[in-house]
Amino acid sequence: MRLVIALPFVWLGVFFLLPFALVLAIALGANAPDSVPPVELGLSPKNFALLFTDDLYLAAWLTSLRIAAVSTLAALLLGYPMAYAIARAAPARRPLLLMLVVLPFWTSFLIRIYAWMGLLDENGLLNQFLRWSGIVADPGTLLGTEWAVHLGIVYAYLPFMVLPLYATLEKLDVSLLEAAADLGARPFAAFLTITLPLSLPGIVAGCLLVFIPAVGEFVIPDLLGGTGTLMIGKVLWDEFFTNGDWPLASAVAICLLVLLAGPIALFQRQQAKGLERRT
Amino acid sequence: MRLLRLASLLALAVAPLPVSAQGSVNVYNWSDYIAEDQLKAFEKDTGIKVNYTTYDSNEILDAKLKTGKSGYDVVVPTASPFFVRQLAAGIYQPLDKAKLKNWSNLDPEILAALAKYDPGNAHGVPWMWGTTGIGYNVAEIRKRLPDAPVDSLRMIFDPAVVSKFKDCGVMLLDSATDVLPAALKYLGLDPDSKKPEDLAKAADVVKAVRPFVRKFHSSEYINALAGGNICLAFGFSGDVFQARDRAAKAKDKREIAYAIPKEGSLLWIDVAAVPKDAPNPANALRFLDFLMEAKVAAASSELTGYANGNKAALALLPKDISSNPLIYPPADVRANFYTITAGTPEQTRERTRLWTAVKTGR
Repeated sequence: MRLVIALPFVWLGVFFLLPFALVLAIALGANAPDSVPPVELGLSPKNFALLFTDDLYLAAWLTSLRIAAVSTLAALLLGYPMAYAIARAAPARRPLLLMLVVLPFWTSFLIRIYAWMGLLDENGLLNQFLRWSGIVADPGTLLGTEWAVHLGIVYAYLPFMVLPLYATLEKLDVSLLEAAADLGARPFAAFLTITLPLSLPGIVAGCLLVFIPAVGEFVIPDLLGGTGTLMIGKVLWDEFFTNGDWPLASAVAICLLVLLAGPIALFQRQQAKGLERRT
Repeated sequence: MRLLRLASLLALAVAPLPVSAQGSVNVYNWSDYIAEDQLKAFEKDTGIKVNYTTYDSNEILDAKLKTGKSGYDVVVPTASPFFVRQLAAGIYQPLDKAKLKNWSNLDPEILAALAKYDPGNAHGVPWMWGTTGIGYNVAEIRKRLPDAPVDSLRMIFDPAVVSKFKDCGVMLLDSATDVLPAALKYLGLDPDSKKPEDLAKAADVVKAVRPFVRKFHSSEYINALAGGNICLAFGFSGDVFQARDRAAKAKDKREIAYAIPKEGSLLWIDVAAVPKDAPNPANALRFLDFLMEAKVAAASSELTGYANGNKAALALLPKDISSNPLIYPPADVRANFYTITAGTPEQTRERTRLWTAVKTGR
């Protein structure tokens, strides 16, 4: 029994705390490009100080937050009706519908993003269709814009939004809605006063599951984004690979983690509250 | 060649280290960079098994080497800024030239250029080299600007010229060490200048054309040029040749051409070297000697479309490569080649910072 309880802690220790300690140790060191590895260990906070003296990091961080927030909202607006429809579908059909949501995961993430490049490019399938159908004679190029980044994030993370929403909506007691209807509430009023508040845990869970990875996203903005899209993941890449400055890159990574810890804590509290309510 | 650095970043996390065993050599090279039948011939002739793995960006190789105990016997970084930086970190062992009987095959001119980074050519053997220049879609450029200065840096740095091509798509390398030196050259300044005021001027040049640039990226332009999604790119010679060959095979037969800027071009050289902690140093030297065989270098140049640093190989190459002025440029063009030095970590950081500011228009 004890072993079973210990296992998650050992897992957390080996795969989270230990790497985190290593990254922290590097972040407190100094850049030493002429040694292998290029770090001189120490206990200096100067790498963290540097992050606050240069507005590049703040700007990248704010852009990342903005892009992640907009994408999360879009994923919610798209994912909620999907989850609702699945939850209200005939029970026998739900597994099939859920599988369709998860199905894209069977293909490599990278390949799917590359496929989007083929769709959105100047001579991509989307523009070919627009020109052929005559809807738009001279469509612009979507690839390389922030729109493409939003599209990519919503596409890639939508299942993370739909699944928790489905889980809460499916458990929703339908008799409550019937009672509301009996008392004269129109469907929309019933939705606002009953369904929406009761599905709040699912909304919070889904939003965090999309928002948190979207903030640190690197692949999607690099492949679908354009010149002006400055996200924190790219800054981190530049520090580590282009500048070869491991300590500063580690400091960026730690700040990213600490700043994301807030929403994660919120998520945990919400989950705990949900559990309490159920018991 | 520099395709998919993301894919290799993922591979960095999962790829197993090559196993060292008696009678093997662990080679870590660019993808599509050596003729495969030659590797088989090496295995047959020497009985040494080649564990051949590939990467597609210098950054991935750099990170692996800087972590230590990479387990590789032979690696092929680009001379500057990567090889020279790794050299300073003491990553490579000096070569025992007595064991390299094919050394005399090498091209003295390329060796001399390389000696700027590696005095006396003590640590590295030149493999392939090329230029940085202008790739363009012939028909689209002609349609918009019939007398476009395709062989000049004006093509990418003069707003009056670049703006004509905004609608058909322009891409520049996402590399401070390639684009800023070219901008300095365009201004008539020393391309290797580390002076902040010079670099600021270079940054202004790039900022002025930024509104017309669809994207800064170091590999996407290959597919984008070939597929007709862009019409102008500033990139590496071999990558543009790849785009040209792919476009020629496509249904609608686009003509892609490459030009070396007449103001001068950054000469890049990829260097084969042996890390200090190589598990099979003796086999590594035999492999280097094999790379220096004329027929091996020639076969690989045929595959890649790059010039090699092997003078003896020149005679074995088909005429369309050896006398192609874009691959083996004539002496007057070569005279305008420049190389750049690595600089201090502070200079590197400042340059990267400046580059980020340029790209994002901040």
